[in-house]
Amino acid sequence: MIASHYVYWTFFALMLIGLYVVISHGNLLKKLIGLSLFQVGVFLFYIGLGKQDGGSAPIISDDVETYSHPLPQVLILTAIVVGVATLAVGLALAVRIFEAYGTVEEDEVLERDSTERLAERDRERAAEHDGGGS
Amino acid sequence: MTTTFTLINVSLLAILTATAVTITRLRALYEATMLAALFSLVTACLFVLLDAVDVAFTEAAVGVGISTVLLLGVLALTRSSESVTPRRRRLPGAIAVLLVGGTLGYASLDLPEFGSADSPVQRHPVTEVYLHQSQEDIGIPNTVTSVLASYRGLDTLGELVVVFTAGLAVLSLLGPLARPERTRPTADFHLADYRVIRVVSGALMPFILLFALYVLFHGDYGPGGGFQAGVIFASGFVLYGLVFGLDRAQRVVPRAALWLLVSLGLLLYIGLGVTTMLLGGSFLDYDVLASDPDTGQHLGILVVETAIGITVASVMTTIFFGFAGRGVAR
Repeated sequence: MIASHYVYWTFFALMLIGLYVVISHGNLLKKLIGLSLFQVGVFLFYIGLGKQDGGSAPIISDDVETYSHPLPQVLILTAIVVGVATLAVGLALAVRIFEAYGTVEEDEVLERDSTERLAERDRERAAEHDGGGS
Repeated sequence: MTTTFTLINVSLLAILTATAVTITRLRALYEATMLAALFSLVTACLFVLLDAVDVAFTEAAVGVGISTVLLLGVLALTRSSESVTPRRRRLPGAIAVLLVGGTLGYASLDLPEFGSADSPVQRHPVTEVYLHQSQEDIGIPNTVTSVLASYRGLDTLGELVVVFTAGLAVLSLLGPLARPERTRPTADFHLADYRVIRVVSGALMPFILLFALYVLFHGDYGPGGGFQAGVIFASGFVLYGLVFGLDRAQRVVPRAALWLLVSLGLLLYIGLGVTTMLLGGSFLDYDVLASDPDTGQHLGILVVETAIGITVASVMTTIFFGFAGRGVAR
């Protein structure tokens, strides 16, 4: 069992490390790095499923008998490029958040949001109070 | 499974896991980014070991090159150290990891043995089509290319649309239409002030672009294709922009030309599909492009790979210019 499955388990471990970073770390850039780790775990799992013992890269040649499966490779090849494109979108959002809030820490962003909301509510109440008084 | 394979595999997996754990523990994000590049490099080696040479190529170009540059650029724009993760945040992550890990571990008991020849993946009828019938249908030795550009051409078109959309999203978030009010004077020094860097990168440029073209047109016979070529092409421009500054890079590739190229690749791809429909075939059925189906397939795949290369290269360059331009504007 260990000899035949340790590869899959390591890939799962990589995914879980990424998942932990995404959920537990508050820094948005660190979250994105964690997402990349998770992604790589999934990529490796896909490619691993297509691997065949003693196989060769799926480029047909006369003196090769066994090939690994090309389909997972095609899916993952495109997924890697899509992955960096979406990473760029995430990073762009992080830059805009930094410009608006001066921080990329999730907790500080939420804290600033809630203090602003409280201040706004206070202002509204004060305005209502003034309106009722006059 | 041979001993050498197992030995290399186990050591690479160990390095990979150790790197991943270190990345999570590092609060200095520059260091974490460099380790992430190392992580990608080791992953690329592992892909080679798993017979996925095309994927390894892409991962090496994307993971080590483009995404590292993007992350470093963002770190320069924002803050490069992470604050301490509070204790209360650890619990949700740990619970999620336990749940998902338990599920995956339980499900993995049903997985076929690693590398087994009679796993569902290998026994599926599509394996025979892609590996052997493709030689008669299309006649291209690299089956990854024939599956990518011909059998699953529509799927690849979808992926290209995603890359295109991501490029548009970055452009609308960081592009010239979304400039911040405060401006910072342009940095008064460039890497080009260092003679060694200037001369070496200048000498490397033609070779990088030539290599990208080689990768693009050699994708039928060896590892390579539009996605890899596009990323390598873009990395040439990224290098130029890093060394000589954004202004000179934008004189080489004007912004308007870049935006035109972003959509040109996609239009070329869709246009090819429409052409095959007008010629009486179905969408992206290259058989009708020439009198001989084989020639038609070769032609179609070449056009598709070129279209992919154009869009990927210009989207990646646009994204880099977006981040780099932000630094100048602030």
